[in-house]
Amino acid sequence: MLKFIAMRLLQGVLVLLGIYAVTFLLVAATPGSPFSSERAIAPEILAQIEAFYGYDRPLGERFITSLGNFVQGEFGPSAVYANRTVTQIIAESFPVSLTLGSISLGLALLLGVPAGILAAVKRNTWLDYIPMSVSMAGICLPTFVMGPLLALVFGLILQWLPVAGWYGPEFAILPATTLGLYYAAYFARLTRGGMLEMLNQDWVRTARAKGVAESTIIWKHCLKGGLIPAITFLGPALAGIISGSFVVETIFQIPGLGQWFVRAALNRDDFLVLGLTVLFAAMIVLMNLLVDIVQVALNPRLKYD
Amino acid sequence: MPLLDVDDLTTWFHTRDGVVRAVDGVSFSLDRGETLGIVGESGSGKSVTCYSLMRLIPEPPGRIERGTAMYDGRDLLQMSKQELRKVRGDKISMIFQDPMTSLNPYLRISTQLIEALQTHRDIDKKAALNKAIEALEEVGIPGASKRVFSYPHEFSGGMRQRVMIAMALITEPDLLIADEPTTALDVTVQAQIMDIIKQRQNDLGTAVILVTHDLGVVAGSCDKVLVMYGGREMESGSVEQIFHHPRHPYTRALQKTIPSLQEKGQELFTIPGLPPDVSKPIHGCAFHPRCPYPKIGQPEGERPPLEEIEPGHCWSACGYCDSSAPIETVLAKADVDAVETVEGDA
Repeated sequence: MLKFIAMRLLQGVLVLLGIYAVTFLLVAATPGSPFSSERAIAPEILAQIEAFYGYDRPLGERFITSLGNFVQGEFGPSAVYANRTVTQIIAESFPVSLTLGSISLGLALLLGVPAGILAAVKRNTWLDYIPMSVSMAGICLPTFVMGPLLALVFGLILQWLPVAGWYGPEFAILPATTLGLYYAAYFARLTRGGMLEMLNQDWVRTARAKGVAESTIIWKHCLKGGLIPAITFLGPALAGIISGSFVVETIFQIPGLGQWFVRAALNRDDFLVLGLTVLFAAMIVLMNLLVDIVQVALNPRLKYD
Repeated sequence: MPLLDVDDLTTWFHTRDGVVRAVDGVSFSLDRGETLGIVGESGSGKSVTCYSLMRLIPEPPGRIERGTAMYDGRDLLQMSKQELRKVRGDKISMIFQDPMTSLNPYLRISTQLIEALQTHRDIDKKAALNKAIEALEEVGIPGASKRVFSYPHEFSGGMRQRVMIAMALITEPDLLIADEPTTALDVTVQAQIMDIIKQRQNDLGTAVILVTHDLGVVAGSCDKVLVMYGGREMESGSVEQIFHHPRHPYTRALQKTIPSLQEKGQELFTIPGLPPDVSKPIHGCAFHPRCPYPKIGQPEGERPPLEEIEPGHCWSACGYCDSSAPIETVLAKADVDAVETVEGDA
């Protein structure tokens, strides 16, 4: 197992290297520069700025230098926000996204997985139709509709919860619900599908023929295999949800990581774009590794190799 | 009193395309320690008969419409789910056609083997495990004390079917229902599996219902035979009666298809045509359209009555063909007719 993890981590490093290279080239190939602005800047000053950020060097040299910094964990300065480094920006906003994301994901799993199991076990009854219609609506309803809707009802009309900002636990409720419901819908459908597949297997019939109780069949015989689709989705979901959601953060004015993705691209903040992209990629690599380990633990037919 | 007495068992599937009459009024009985073979082509309702007894057919669309299956003075078809669970796996066990899919790939063999014991007996895990190892040894799995902790995918098909047999018999049931236990296996393994079933049956005195389309197996290991076609009983009786004095044209034709009874080098005999579409009502004899015998009159009414020729030997007394002659004569004549037709056309 250790060999498997080591191999996968090594592969992950290669993936990150590739992603870094592609992102670097894409950013470099984009027309314009981080330092162009509507106001005319004196050529001497521009040259000075470019020299400060290393933009006077040839592309190849910049690539090597910046890669060297990355390997040491130094993501460089922000090209737009003076006196702030990319590391600082990430350090400030990532914990916010992580908190919000963890709550959302917990909510999504807590709601989605039981709903999926229930729907599969009671298939083609109203205990199946109702959760599944709700989840279909949840998938179809974008977060930018759900978010304002929740804010309107619970924030403005009922005045139970704050609708914007990030100053205490109560501020997490509405955004986490918005994000959580969306993912809960996915988890519900994936769990239902997985459980249904298991419940239709021949070996469920064998278990029934042995006189095993229906509840034991669900928990002991079907749950392991039935959760596999949901767990497979957990990898990308986890990476996506904890690295922040631009839409939800914008609606609820949360200083998370998600908004920086968009701001960095719009501002042509080269170093920030690179830093965030690699961070996101690293998270996906790690989460997928985690998911693979869980999958092998669940499915005896899989082996580490 | 017989161990199991099935009367007029009728299982229909109510699908969107109509009512599929998978089992249509089947009756048989079985004494302790006896072996009943159910034979027939694919789709003749053999498996559904077995699943209906265990109430394992998916409901809906399936439904047991009529009939009784008296086991130990109680009707299996009327039992509550709780009562049924106590019978399943304890008094009546079942093994299935495909050992590759009948074992749960996510659980160890040990877990699956002791499950029936843990469900039905007051037994601690260690004792159950010892019984499981014993059961594996009895079906000829070498190194059972180690292999009991394997997962199903670590076994071959034949080994898995042995595990299935061990699992079904671990509670020493009164009745074992074996639904084509050798169909999915290699020919070389088939005989071994049948031997194991036979041997365990002798050890434990278990009655067996053996579903198969291998008539050779039936002749070798059964006491009684039920011949099914189109969800109905065509003929039933002891092995001697069915094999030495077959009465129904279908039984006779079926016997002609046994390869080892045919002359070497000759083309193998097959019954022309296809089994009936049971989603449409069948009038008269279900076999009528494929019957090689000279036909007299058109089939009318529900179905031919069951007639007892001699004690224990029944047949669906079809009156629409002249089945007095042996089938060889009829087939030989059919061949001559066919040749004449071809020559006549030329």
